[in-house]
Amino acid sequence: MTEVLRVEGLKTHFHTRAGVVKAVDGVSFSLEEGEILGLVGESGSGKTVTGFSLLGLVDPPGRIVEGSIRLKGQELVGADDRTLRARRGRDISMIFQDPIATLNPMLTIGQQMRLVQEAHGRITHRAADARSAELLSRVGISSSSARLRAYPHEFSGGMRQRVAIAIALLHSPAVIVADEPTTALDVSIQAQILAEMKTLVAETGTAMIWISHDLAVVSSLASRLLVMYAGRVVERGPTAAVLRQPKHPYTEGLIASLPSSASPGAPLRQIPGTTPSLLALPPGCPFAPRCARADAACAIRPDLSEIGTQTVACHHPGPSHTRVPA
Amino acid sequence: MLGFVIQRFLQAVVVMAAMSVIVFVGVYAIGNPVDIVIPPDATQDIREDAIRRLGLDRPLWEQYWIFATNALQGDFGRSFVYNIPVLELIGSRLPATLELVLISVVSATVLGVTLGIYAGYRPDSRISKTIMALSVLGFSVPSFWVGLILILTFAVSLGWLPAGGRGETVELLGIRWSFLTLDGLAHIALPAVNLALFKLAMMIRLARAGTREIMLTDTIKFARAAGLSEATILRRHLLKMISIPIVTVFGLELGSTLAFAVVTETIFSWPGVGKLIIDSISVLDRPVMVAYLILTAALFVTINFTVDLVFALIDPRIRARRTA
Repeated sequence: MTEVLRVEGLKTHFHTRAGVVKAVDGVSFSLEEGEILGLVGESGSGKTVTGFSLLGLVDPPGRIVEGSIRLKGQELVGADDRTLRARRGRDISMIFQDPIATLNPMLTIGQQMRLVQEAHGRITHRAADARSAELLSRVGISSSSARLRAYPHEFSGGMRQRVAIAIALLHSPAVIVADEPTTALDVSIQAQILAEMKTLVAETGTAMIWISHDLAVVSSLASRLLVMYAGRVVERGPTAAVLRQPKHPYTEGLIASLPSSASPGAPLRQIPGTTPSLLALPPGCPFAPRCARADAACAIRPDLSEIGTQTVACHHPGPSHTRVPA
Repeated sequence: MLGFVIQRFLQAVVVMAAMSVIVFVGVYAIGNPVDIVIPPDATQDIREDAIRRLGLDRPLWEQYWIFATNALQGDFGRSFVYNIPVLELIGSRLPATLELVLISVVSATVLGVTLGIYAGYRPDSRISKTIMALSVLGFSVPSFWVGLILILTFAVSLGWLPAGGRGETVELLGIRWSFLTLDGLAHIALPAVNLALFKLAMMIRLARAGTREIMLTDTIKFARAAGLSEATILRRHLLKMISIPIVTVFGLELGSTLAFAVVTETIFSWPGVGKLIIDSISVLDRPVMVAYLILTAALFVTINFTVDLVFALIDPRIRARRTA
């Protein structure tokens, strides 16, 4: 297995009038060929900004202030716009949550796929259309050469997301960042697409970062999990190990709040409190105010430390003493 | 689509019929043209003869009936003042207005959309702020005043451009045009700028608002994530997505400017239809007023219809809705 992406100490901050929002504050991980990494966290935990940082598409006033992103061995942080653009779509691409909003309603599917191919070198319409049709059939859209003349509104939500995936795959990139791509779809379609994505990744060797707040979706897909909280990685490790024995109380809370882990009729468990404002983070562990294990030690920000196959940022890692048996 | 066209055509017929009644009654209600057309010292016999000849002694409904049956055969009557067929009179003035208005509306749109996209794309740059400040001026400064200032500056003080008239014209397709000669273009320049300023300001604001909105959408983010260059994104994605409101306003502005470029035409003594209608109103030349206003209604109906066709051309969703 070769490593395609290595992110180290990534910090993406937004300099606003109200202060500096540290949306991503020291995130590190690596990704191997054909691997699916699940990036999990609540809204506002910095998952999406991490994704945009990888593509060099953070909107002002946001900016990568520190860290390193090495894609296929080449550094992306500090690269100029032209270099970044040349790599977007070809080496790394991204798909989004709402397939209705991502495709341009005024252009045919074929035109949009052609534009993406023309962005990386000259290509004849015929060759571009052939490649487009090939990818559409790969994501399960049959009679795809006729479908190239169709407009997005002629497709259902699930089909549109398939088109978006096909577009992201046009140049066989090394990495695809998938930002909650199945959240807007209904459950049966969601399961279909998840299965197809798994096959596609295995076939093409494309690695994927699957961003989601839904631990259930990610756990069926990803081989490793990265749990983010308030812009930081709080836990990292193989999916099975993290799900079976979460070391961080936040991960534990996420697992406990899954509807499937509650007995029927029993009230759903939830993590008390809300995500802290990134403008006013507590000085120590950002999760401390919501944490049952918090004590005096938590006034100091915990560093990541390894426990077995997992890495966790907590002063009191391990199974909770007060844990209710599932 | 054919059903859509037929439906719109029937609508147009109803609009025109209603418009003709309203205009005819409205014009009938204001003043007596005989008082203006006939010299005050004319004898009673001459007066009565004139009234009979113009058909003004008949009841209103009969006058309307005669007008309507003639109009359906393409005869809108003769001008009381010029004593030539109204259509011929309007037709002789129309090319002047047409070239002036087309030049100003088209250039205002092209320039305004370009500047507006820039201002929306880089909202915080100093150039964008300047563009927006100028657009506020374009909105708020009255057109007649700008016209006078233009004449004062470029015609009187600097002497670069003529202050009025059409200049040298050339015949093309049996119609005389100014825009084909250098002298004609020099004559068009000032009135065209005068007419264009307000539309320019409006197009800038429309294009900027659209651009700011669209640039934040996932469509643009997705295009960027696929590696499209900013130029391609603006040209192929953005321009299409902001075009619907721009086409709408373009149509409306084209219609209203063609019909009512009165102020500019008067200031620059441009011999167009705007000046004709104002002159006709002041002498109560009823046939000209009625024909002009009905033709204006026809113009708006045609432009709106064209705009709707263009919508379907641009947006496949509208096309789908109409064929459904």
